[in-house]
Amino acid sequence: MTAIADIAARFAAVAPACDAWSIRVMRSRSESLSVTRGIVDPVSLGDDLGAMVTVQAKGGVGYAATSDISSAGLKAAGRAAHAWAECVAGRMVASVDRKTTAPVKFDHEDRPRQSWDSLSRSAKIERLKSTADALKRGDKIVDWAAYVAYADEDVVLATSDGDFIRQRRGLVIPGLSASASDGAETQTRTLARGGVMRQGGWDVLEDVGFWQAPERIAEEALELLAAPDCPAGTMDLLLMPDQMYIQIHESIGHPLELDRILGDERNYAGTSFVTPDMFGAYRYGSELLNVTFDPGVAGETASYAFDDDGTPAAKQFLIRAGMLERGLGGATSQARINIPGVANSRACNWNRPAIDRMANLNIEAGSSSLEDLITQVNEGIVMETNTSWSIDDSRNKFQFGCERARLIKNGKVGQVVKNPNYRGISATFWRNLKGLGNAATVSVHGTPTCGKGEPNQAIRVGHATPPGLFADVQVFGGG
Amino acid sequence: MQQQFSEIADLIQSSLRGEEGFLANFSGESSQFVRFNRSAVRQAGAVEQRYLSLELFIGKRHASQSITLTGADDRDAVIAAVVALREVLTDTPEDPHFLINETPSSSVRVLPNQLPGDDEAVSAILETGKGRDLVGLYASGPIHRGFANSFGQRNWDTAHAFAADLSFYLQSDKAVKVDHAGTAWDAGAFTAKMDGAKMRLKALARAPKTISPGSYRVFLAPAALEELFGLLSWGGFSLASEKTATTPFIRMIAEGAKLDPRVTLVENAAEGLAPGFQEEGFVKPARVPLITAGAYTSALASPRSAAEFGVPQNGADGSESPVALDMAAGALADADVLKTLGTGVYVGNLWYTNYSDRNACRLTGMTRFATFWVENGEIVAPLNVMRFDDTLYNILGTNLVDLTAHRDLRLSTSTYESRSTQSMRLPGAVVANLAMTL
Repeated sequence: MTAIADIAARFAAVAPACDAWSIRVMRSRSESLSVTRGIVDPVSLGDDLGAMVTVQAKGGVGYAATSDISSAGLKAAGRAAHAWAECVAGRMVASVDRKTTAPVKFDHEDRPRQSWDSLSRSAKIERLKSTADALKRGDKIVDWAAYVAYADEDVVLATSDGDFIRQRRGLVIPGLSASASDGAETQTRTLARGGVMRQGGWDVLEDVGFWQAPERIAEEALELLAAPDCPAGTMDLLLMPDQMYIQIHESIGHPLELDRILGDERNYAGTSFVTPDMFGAYRYGSELLNVTFDPGVAGETASYAFDDDGTPAAKQFLIRAGMLERGLGGATSQARINIPGVANSRACNWNRPAIDRMANLNIEAGSSSLEDLITQVNEGIVMETNTSWSIDDSRNKFQFGCERARLIKNGKVGQVVKNPNYRGISATFWRNLKGLGNAATVSVHGTPTCGKGEPNQAIRVGHATPPGLFADVQVFGGG
Repeated sequence: MQQQFSEIADLIQSSLRGEEGFLANFSGESSQFVRFNRSAVRQAGAVEQRYLSLELFIGKRHASQSITLTGADDRDAVIAAVVALREVLTDTPEDPHFLINETPSSSVRVLPNQLPGDDEAVSAILETGKGRDLVGLYASGPIHRGFANSFGQRNWDTAHAFAADLSFYLQSDKAVKVDHAGTAWDAGAFTAKMDGAKMRLKALARAPKTISPGSYRVFLAPAALEELFGLLSWGGFSLASEKTATTPFIRMIAEGAKLDPRVTLVENAAEGLAPGFQEEGFVKPARVPLITAGAYTSALASPRSAAEFGVPQNGADGSESPVALDMAAGALADADVLKTLGTGVYVGNLWYTNYSDRNACRLTGMTRFATFWVENGEIVAPLNVMRFDDTLYNILGTNLVDLTAHRDLRLSTSTYESRSTQSMRLPGAVVANLAMTL
């Protein structure tokens, strides 16, 4: 039995008398390496271990999280959760039905192609240092950095019904950035602004092109410094995957979260323009738009077999041929709203309760090559790498900014422009999707800090997407 | 917890060898969180967390490890961390930017526990929500921070705080946000705040107005300015951002651009809720001027940035973000806000701000919660959400009409990873023109 499985067993021995209980134990061992402006930053290690106990009693539900995983600490957590369950019984917005399916037994550890520990720390730092140094291409590069963070996450969920689910995986978050400056003007290029995180080990860095990227990133920062501002106008907009992923995240993912639609998030993250009657009847996008919840994509950030409530995860279409079919809600939300959902009840750590989250939310590939997409544009622009994002609390009126853009005229890519922005409305934007890249153009991205929930939680989510071409978008520059 | 941390610090000290030294930071809280939706409880629970961040150094070589204190074998875990870091230091290069406080400055601040019973607060919130659609979070409990180093310095800070961060909803996205936060529960003040929110809710019942893109005269309530300064706090007041030309205030620094002379901002650690010490053991000065009479004055300098750029540190944390941002008051009486606004938009809250052009300090974001269309000094209708997109040099510069004499103390309700102790003290602002774009 593993150490964290022992902790679950330790709680089982001291659990309070109640209708049902669960314990989720999470351990995350991490290492962060970085080089900033030519200096190797101090190595930072982490070992974060704790447990979340949930108790059902007298119709109420309470939780207690603790970093004290001694028997006494776990017993105290059980009592605290039980006290909260009794305190709020009869005063809750929804009761939770006890699970009736057979107990689940599952124990899995991911095995990366190349483990994080396959290189010595000094070898990793040396490689990172030379990569960072390659970003410094001239005096106008005033800020430059390379970093990689690794987390070995091990989670056990055990319940009074006999469930035991253990999932262990590695996660790599790499980053590169270079800022070029002259006078009162600075332009920054990055490796997808941190949005290339993947499950795996040291092999991830090769997969995401980390080692080859620094020269291009620095040269593009310098190029932007001399570039004209993005023009303003309504035009065709081609979004590359490192911008598409955040467009999906903000204007498809969040609006489809069932807990937002139920109102749980209205005091903080917001509500949704999507209402329950729209499922099965609403045209969200053009017929090209197929959006899936897919926890089975190898390496994507939120691939898993079970969510944090113990619901088995499987691929589901949320939007098919542009029509809205299904929401992003776990078992509890599905029961509250009576709309089909997915296995996306997730917690960011042991010290927060599970809520509806995005996981791997992807756009299925279309049929066009990148060249095909560009060729069909007479007057337009291609934007890459998100740098700014903003959307209203109903997830409708949005504005995004990108690091870099190039104008497209008569089917050919031309002038590089700086400070590219665009704005629109979710409810109409996706209906103007007129081209999607094929499978060869799909890129796997994700964000490490999707914020939501009260108490707040920043969680990692994945988005795999091809480039997308949109008609009639308001584009503008800086100044 | 203070005793536990003290014993751990002694244990680390006794585990050192030769020229080794250490820094230790403790972060702990015992929090109660109750989440509400539709005037009922959505989730309720407790979080007990204790984190120790240990940094081991030999000369200019250093590395750190964060561990949770688990209650089981903590002494072994701490010693194991020392051993692990000792091994890391064997292949760690010297860090020329390593700067720590070597002159011990110990302190203890333990604010008294005047928190309400959890059931008392929960019952009061459920009672005020009866017959309404109330949503939000109640968070309460002690927050502990500690620091120790091998020079004998020991600092401890305990604050007992609560925050009821709530919204009354009328329909769809029309709501009034209200908070009741502090260190002692005042039932009368709570009732008054909630009654005030319910009064404002009545104004939301009128048919909402939709405005076209264009320039509008606006009043930005303190909560709206808090959102703007929340964004600007990410790099805007940072020495590293200044020296690497990545600051959104680059035009103030490189070209002498200025805000209105009535805009003065300081980091006012003396009057904030945050601990008075930082991760490397330096004590925060009472006040650090940031923008004075509209002109960029100085940045928050962490020890690391100070060493890199050759300037004195001023007690900033590693993030170089303000923990107690304080904006000078203006002359406008609260009672005169609507009259001074005349015809325009009363913005109760802003939301999801970000940059349209960082170099130009051009910001975009959305109106949210109680935002109203005002005509001739009278509230006429709630406003459907609008996007703004304008520069700070316009908002708090050329187009600033006045700042209110009254300032709100905005205690952060952020609970990412742990409960925040940050705060801002801000007035409201009447602005002659704000560009609304969508």
